[in-house]
Amino acid sequence: MTPAEAALAALMGQGRGRLLAALIARTGDFPGAEEALQEAAEAALVHWGRSGLPDRPEAWLLRVALRKSIDRHRRSARAGAHAALIAQLGAEEAALDTAEEIPDDRLRLIFTCCHPALEPKTQVALTLRTVCGLTTAGIAAVFLDSEPTMAQRLSRARAKIAAARIPYAVPGPGEWPGRLGAVLTVVYLIFTTGYAGGPGEEARDLCDEAVFLARLLDALRPGDPEVEGCLALLLLTHSRRAARRDAAGQTVPPGRQDAALWDAPMRAAGLAHLDRAMARGAAGPFQIKAAIAACQMVRPGPDWPQIALLYDRLLSFEPTPVVRLNRAVALMECGDMVRAGGELTALAAELAQYQPFHAARAEWLARSGRRDEALAAFAQALTGAGPADSAFLRARIASLAG
Amino acid sequence: MKYMALIYEDMTKAPAPDSPDFAAFMQGYMALGARLEAEGNWIAGEGLMAPETATCLRRRGGKVETMDGPFAETREHLGGFYLFHARDLDQALAYAAMIPSVDWGTVELRPVMDYS
Repeated sequence: MTPAEAALAALMGQGRGRLLAALIARTGDFPGAEEALQEAAEAALVHWGRSGLPDRPEAWLLRVALRKSIDRHRRSARAGAHAALIAQLGAEEAALDTAEEIPDDRLRLIFTCCHPALEPKTQVALTLRTVCGLTTAGIAAVFLDSEPTMAQRLSRARAKIAAARIPYAVPGPGEWPGRLGAVLTVVYLIFTTGYAGGPGEEARDLCDEAVFLARLLDALRPGDPEVEGCLALLLLTHSRRAARRDAAGQTVPPGRQDAALWDAPMRAAGLAHLDRAMARGAAGPFQIKAAIAACQMVRPGPDWPQIALLYDRLLSFEPTPVVRLNRAVALMECGDMVRAGGELTALAAELAQYQPFHAARAEWLARSGRRDEALAAFAQALTGAGPADSAFLRARIASLAG
Repeated sequence: MKYMALIYEDMTKAPAPDSPDFAAFMQGYMALGARLEAEGNWIAGEGLMAPETATCLRRRGGKVETMDGPFAETREHLGGFYLFHARDLDQALAYAAMIPSVDWGTVELRPVMDYS
């Protein structure tokens, strides 16, 4: 690879999100940005190969991409209506010549990609494509979609952003908590998708992409306790990765994992982010989930009473049946079989189709000495379980039956 | 930029004219109208008569056919609309969220085509 090619590859890899963000900030043209940047990269290959690297390669790419956008507007049927815009873009381009440093506009880009007017799956796909720079084929593989289907989803999203005028802006203080929650949910979804896939199954690791996004948010808006909480949650969960399955591929719950297999520096980093977040005195769902993850990693065993209290707290933010189920499990682990049993009974109708509910109920029946009912419940839990959980459930059935 | 808010609702779920909630419900529409006016973004807004009063027409084989009522089998029907200016989708969403019908029906927000 020539030095020009290497520099371009680095800018279009690591720096791609930054360039796209800067370009959209200047053109306001979300759908056209990717193509303009691609054309600029192709031009770079020719010019840099011929006359060497420019003084500021990033600014060079941005200027050329801006010119490509101006050309597109000039060629369009509505060039007359765009005259003012074309003039403004020309001024932007000239200003780039003297700009000291190109400001990082990726926060705006992230909030646009995660706008609630887009479907959640689209938010995830668009963030992976635009901010993380994954290929459309790579994203299609994650969702088990065909590449044309994913390409169509992405182009529809870009068209909607332009047509419905989804703002390219960081939300104000009033909208911030809700909109940040949507962004962090996307980050967490990317992480759990990667975590479910297991290590090394994708060419680009989605867990790493999620950590990258959380770190990026923390860098662009430092001091937000929920961003820190989300980063802490990802790092703590990620640090347990090598320990979460045994040699047979069976799921090992955090409380019974071999702590020696945990990534100690990553865990320490997670705990440090969590401490920093909690010190700000503004609790939120991601901080609480990170605290629960930390409590599960206490040795000799998880701090179940603390976990039960944290789930109480989480319920005030997310009053969902799944959070109630998790609290019931924590209560059971504390030995509070009566409260746990009452909660499970109350949730039975709502969670009838949710596999973890049947696993939790089976465990509760087994610990309450109701062996036959427990065996039936484990059998039911087994019908909806994935391979890693099936092995765990089969082992429980064998030990109860034996 | 213009947006149209299309209000789909089942009017049996709206507060009845003799109920104690009716005044507050009507107040909501007034408040939105007043705010759109004050911010210079009002274009139009109307409520429609009940779906039973509707007539549908289509031309097939060169002949206009008419029939009673809307085709939709659903309980929710187009009950009214607003047409307003907004700087972007977030502002449009903020206006649309003030429509009282969002509490029991669905408001569909669509950008209006710009032919200029």
